[in-house]
Amino acid sequence: MMEAFDILLTASFWVAAIRIASPLIFATMGELICERAGVLNLGIEGIMVAGAFAGWVTVYAGGDLWFGVLVAALAGAAFGLLHATLTVPLGLSQHVVGIGITLLATSLTYFTYRIVLPEVTSPPKIEAFQPLPIPVLSDIPVVGPALFAQTPLTYLAFVVVALTAWILYRTPLGLAVRAAGENPAAVEAQGISVAVIRIGAVMAGSALMAIGGAFLTMSAFNSFFFEMINGRGWICIALVVFGSWRPGKALLGAILFAAFDAYQIRLQQLTGGAIPYQIFLMMPYVLSILALILVARRATYPKALMIPYQKGER
Amino acid sequence: MTDEATTTSGAQAGTPVLRLSGITKRFGPLVANNAISFALGRGEVVALLGENGAGKTTLMNILFGHYVADEGTVEVFGDRLPPGDPHAALEAGIGMVHQHFTLADNMTVLENIALGTQPVWSLRLDRGRARARIAELSADFGLAVDPGRLVSALSVGERQRVEILKALYRDARILILDEPTAVLTPAETEALFATLRMLVAKGLSIIFISHKLNEVMAVSDRVLVLRGGRLAGERATAGTTRQELAALMVGREVAPPQPAPVEPGAVLARLSGVSLRSDAGRLDDVTLDLRGGEIVGLAGVSGNGQAALAALLAGMVAPASGSLEIGGRPVTSWTPRAALAAGVGRIPENRHAVGTIGDMSVAENVISERYRDARFSSRGFLDWSAARGFAQSIVDAYDVKCPSPDARIRLLSGGNMQKLILGRALDPDPSLILANQPTRGLDVGAVSYVHERLLEARGRGAAILLISEDLDEILTLSDRIVVMSRGRLSAPSARGERSVAELGELMAGHGLDAGERGHAA
Repeated sequence: MMEAFDILLTASFWVAAIRIASPLIFATMGELICERAGVLNLGIEGIMVAGAFAGWVTVYAGGDLWFGVLVAALAGAAFGLLHATLTVPLGLSQHVVGIGITLLATSLTYFTYRIVLPEVTSPPKIEAFQPLPIPVLSDIPVVGPALFAQTPLTYLAFVVVALTAWILYRTPLGLAVRAAGENPAAVEAQGISVAVIRIGAVMAGSALMAIGGAFLTMSAFNSFFFEMINGRGWICIALVVFGSWRPGKALLGAILFAAFDAYQIRLQQLTGGAIPYQIFLMMPYVLSILALILVARRATYPKALMIPYQKGER
Repeated sequence: MTDEATTTSGAQAGTPVLRLSGITKRFGPLVANNAISFALGRGEVVALLGENGAGKTTLMNILFGHYVADEGTVEVFGDRLPPGDPHAALEAGIGMVHQHFTLADNMTVLENIALGTQPVWSLRLDRGRARARIAELSADFGLAVDPGRLVSALSVGERQRVEILKALYRDARILILDEPTAVLTPAETEALFATLRMLVAKGLSIIFISHKLNEVMAVSDRVLVLRGGRLAGERATAGTTRQELAALMVGREVAPPQPAPVEPGAVLARLSGVSLRSDAGRLDDVTLDLRGGEIVGLAGVSGNGQAALAALLAGMVAPASGSLEIGGRPVTSWTPRAALAAGVGRIPENRHAVGTIGDMSVAENVISERYRDARFSSRGFLDWSAARGFAQSIVDAYDVKCPSPDARIRLLSGGNMQKLILGRALDPDPSLILANQPTRGLDVGAVSYVHERLLEARGRGAAILLISEDLDEILTLSDRIVVMSRGRLSAPSARGERSVAELGELMAGHGLDAGERGHAA
């Protein structure tokens, strides 16, 4: 029993937790921005697949790592534009469009993969992002390796959280985004176009989702596999609710979920097969459902979430 | 009409701050605005009066750039306003307070006011400057509101103040208020009027959109009446009367209903010492007789148990203690279906939320209470031609403007929807009619129509319980008046027995003790 607790004190556990959290942080911030503007983006799962592939294949084709991240973001933004065109000016069902985007982005990615690499059986590897320890800070016990000896993309994830919070709460743009998700008529009445705000938010959010996907192929691993995203997008949708649409709380949720995930892997090794490993695999999901029940019951949704806005109608 | 009663547009001192010339707007075959021209002077309050659908809101949406007019121009301070650009309208100094507030509940007062006032790409929202400016405006115009509070925590009156502050913050010189009193209590309405007078004194010009004659008379300098998309008349408020404005608005003389005396008949419903608690509120030892050929008016401030009494008569709740007799027999299993079967006709308080299902057709809505009747179904199959025929008969008999029985009911105006509900409730000649806020939000023509029909039903011998927050309506129609406060009912008083002041005292909960109730039993 003590051994199970000791895991929590090891640096390697926290390093893994933060690494697992990183793609979730990007994608959760992306989803949060979309939903704050009033658009549920269920394209997240597919956009992460597309981002994972786009970033990786750019580097495989000889591109620079950061250029790969940029291409992933642009691919995400392109799918975001498609999503937003259908859901914002045309006002189509956000559920149907989102699932459609997920299926389209996933299939298109696999198709492109086969076109680009028709012969290979196992996907080629790339030179991925390497850990970049920050001097002095990375020497702090446990916290140092966990937070300050990660890859540059993980640092970027934390910067994105701070930036999202700053924009949403401290800038006129963030004000417009939040108002668009709560009462779009308020935005229109102040002379700002709701459509522009929402389309922009969905594109920016989708770009972040794609970077989240790219983290897996370019930082956590160094190759692209089918089924790589494996439901992470759906987890991010739950994390947004868990975080009550607030960047800080959503960040906490992502780390918590990732910690559960890292913990169950270590518990599996500890019990040495006495308990079926599927029980451990299930654990983070069960815990996240419990956490949602406890936290999200009091959550207040952005009131205009999933409600299309047509100018002049009221 | 004497000539003195008519003023020319913009006769007020100086050049007009706003001039509309020949505004025409068509929606398909419908001409919503037909060659409307008028001018607004500095420091003037112009009331735009008209029934629902007369084109008031369309005109203001054109002015504010939400719609583009097919013909005509808008000039503000002598400059032509580019059409279809809300931003240009804001910049030109036009501020609009919409009927449905355009505030984001999850944001603070300050954030709502500051929204859109800084370039979107600014790196920082300048809260300090906004706070100082709001404090200054609040003090100047007597609009007290805490900028740090969330809008969701504000009362309706406070939210309206925020809307006005929003316009002032952007240096509005012309303020348009669209049905601003629809959601306000009488006290809040008085406060709003005081604010408007202060704004005018500081040189702002105001367009006040309303269909309530007493408010128009109280607050405006000049009245423009719209009817069917046209400017039907223009009067100086001081030189006109409510009757004249009502006639202009409706297009014919509107006489207040004159209930003929009717000898009350048998007791059709009797509540004896009924107490209950429900979602709708509570009743505390309520005793009331409803007789045929009689309208009992139930006055009271909203939320004092009227909804619970309505729910009781509609069969939604049963008494926890005490007894309810319908038609001389105590009710046993009391459900909405039992209430319908017992001959209760129901006009629900909220026609949108409870009275109708917006996305279902007119025919589906009118048979929703009696689709089980042999008239409309047999062996579990609905007879659609009978349903459509029934809907058409109500449409014809009640003068409902509706394209066809298959139209979705949400497309109907409030007045037409209410006429349909009235037709549905009065269809099998109910012995007991529950009319809960039957004319709320309706225009003058529709109100007088509903009143006539209720008086007709009274003449046929129905017992009617009229629940209304409009004391004028209660005083005009009721044979007996009861007042409800905190779930308790006052003793009834005959027509004219209690003064308005006495009724007001009872509404405030004074004098509702056991002695008072015992006295009339």
